[in-house]
Amino acid sequence: MTTFLELLVNGISIGAVYALIALGFVIIFKATEVVNFAHASLLLVGGFIVAKTHESVGFWLALLLGLAGAAAVGALIEFAVIRRANVISHSILAIVTIGVDIVLTTELTRQIGTEVLALGDPWGSEVLHLGAVNIPLARIAALVTASLVIALFLLAFKYTNWGVAMRATAEDAETAALMGVRRGRVSMGAWAVAGALAALAALFMCIFPTPGLDRTVTATAMKAFPAAILGGLDSTTGALAGGLIIGVTESLVGGYQSELVFLGRGLGDVAPFLVMIIILLIRPAGLFGTRELARV
Amino acid sequence: MNVHDPGPPGDSGLTVRDLAVNYGPVTALRGVSLDVPRGAVVTVLGGNGAGKSTLLRAISGTLRFHRGGVGSGAVAFGGRKLSGASTSAVVAHGVVQVPEGRKVFARMTVEENLRAGALGARDRRAAAEARQRVLTLFPVLAERARQRAGLLSGGEQQMLAIGRALMARPKLLLLDEPTLGLAPMMALRIADTVREINAQGTTVLLVEQNAALALSLATHAYVLEVGRVVLSGPAAELAESDEVRRRYLGIGDDRDEALLSGAPSIRPALSRWSA
Ligand SMILES: Nc1ncnc2c1ncn2[C@@H]1O[C@H](COP(=O)(O)OP(=O)(O)OP(=O)(O)O)[C@@H](O)[C@H]1O
Ligand SMILES: [Mg+2]
Repeated sequence: MTTFLELLVNGISIGAVYALIALGFVIIFKATEVVNFAHASLLLVGGFIVAKTHESVGFWLALLLGLAGAAAVGALIEFAVIRRANVISHSILAIVTIGVDIVLTTELTRQIGTEVLALGDPWGSEVLHLGAVNIPLARIAALVTASLVIALFLLAFKYTNWGVAMRATAEDAETAALMGVRRGRVSMGAWAVAGALAALAALFMCIFPTPGLDRTVTATAMKAFPAAILGGLDSTTGALAGGLIIGVTESLVGGYQSELVFLGRGLGDVAPFLVMIIILLIRPAGLFGTRELARV
Repeated sequence: MNVHDPGPPGDSGLTVRDLAVNYGPVTALRGVSLDVPRGAVVTVLGGNGAGKSTLLRAISGTLRFHRGGVGSGAVAFGGRKLSGASTSAVVAHGVVQVPEGRKVFARMTVEENLRAGALGARDRRAAAEARQRVLTLFPVLAERARQRAGLLSGGEQQMLAIGRALMARPKLLLLDEPTLGLAPMMALRIADTVREINAQGTTVLLVEQNAALALSLATHAYVLEVGRVVLSGPAAELAESDEVRRRYLGIGDDRDEALLSGAPSIRPALSRWSA
């Protein structure tokens, strides 16, 4: 039972982090109808900035720089590439984001090399003991911060002018334009916010029990793709649900690996994709989505 | 039919001069000129595919959403050039469109739709005033404030679409077939609303297929056919012309005739409905 509880809390914690990534992915899709395959590289940018600056400016300022840096790179991609959306089809733009991803990831992994970079977070490897249940402090920090940020985001999405403009554009870009909404601003805002969310996710993916930022972080971030897709590419609620489902599945399957060994090793890594495939077979638009991926 | 007089040069309403619009190889408008003087209600009539929506898209700058563009000609409002301006700039200059088919944001609430209408205007106090005006004009929108717009009836959606446009405090309101698909009573109700909006000082350019209704509202009318202006003149004159009577009003159709003359017998029922 304690093992189960520990695995569950860990799963929710990592799920909340996946939800951060998936949320960014979803708002980019809502605002611009582009499937952003460069999302993992935004994550890498954020993590890299924190890793390279925390020693000189301290962790908190470094985190701020990481968030701002990833937001800026996101906005830049939007400005340089996605603005052409009126000329080029969305599927081609999605392929262009693969190109952007390759360029950014190649350059950053070259810089990182074979090192594992610490991010200088204040939680270290401390473990919180709640009765018999042991949870690393870093996982609690991840859970609390991600939940707060997600709540803040959803409130803004619902109640601010920014959110209304985003949702109007997502529903009908032409009519939103007739209201005086500037599509360029909306889409650049979405990319910047997605970048910042990705940078925050990078932090929580690279602290305890992960030893630090290394070149494999983008592969881990890839697990947020099934989270976004199974929730429904155009649904913020779906991103949340998808993140949690993937996180908890991964944690439980990983934790009970030895009991499930007849299914083969490394099941924890494949489980997210299996869950995604099963859900999409039943609901092609995802749990909360309105658009099928085939129409992207 | 008299060729329309472009009006005095100092006139600061909407002017469209020699406009040509293409969708790729397809020419949808050619040589279209028209004027909407300040304070007037002007209507553009025409059948399916005549180019009415294209004209409004060219004014609002939304042709790019349809892979179309202005080939030649110019659009100006209040002496400012609109052709080439972004849609948000057009809105900021006070030219706001209610698109064909209402296009309410179905997944958003009525309240949020109205809020979306004010996104182009920055002034908060002005937005509150505009909201008050809209809710006075359409009390039903206040009752349905928290409902999803997609759940409203067609007539209510049209009211919401007009109300949403009014949130931007337009000087010129462009209406694309506002009575399309509405029951006759509801169409009359919308017509009354347009009159009232105009009486409050908003200039109106009304695109319609319902010629009887449109001619009863407008001071001036233009008839578009396959992308060209084929007739234009004072609305009363056009309503009397054989050509318009035959092609757009339908000779011998008593209901349309009644509509055109103001249909006094329907009025009492109308005011009861709107209460
Ligand atoms: N996106 C487009 N691509 C190509 N041709 C178009 C496009 N939109 C409209 N057209 C063509 O332009 C012409 C004018 O269309 P428009 O929609 O302006 O007509 P309309 O008068 O508004 O018709 P309706 O009363 O049916 O709304 C038509 O021949 C139409 O086929
Ligand atoms: Mg039309």
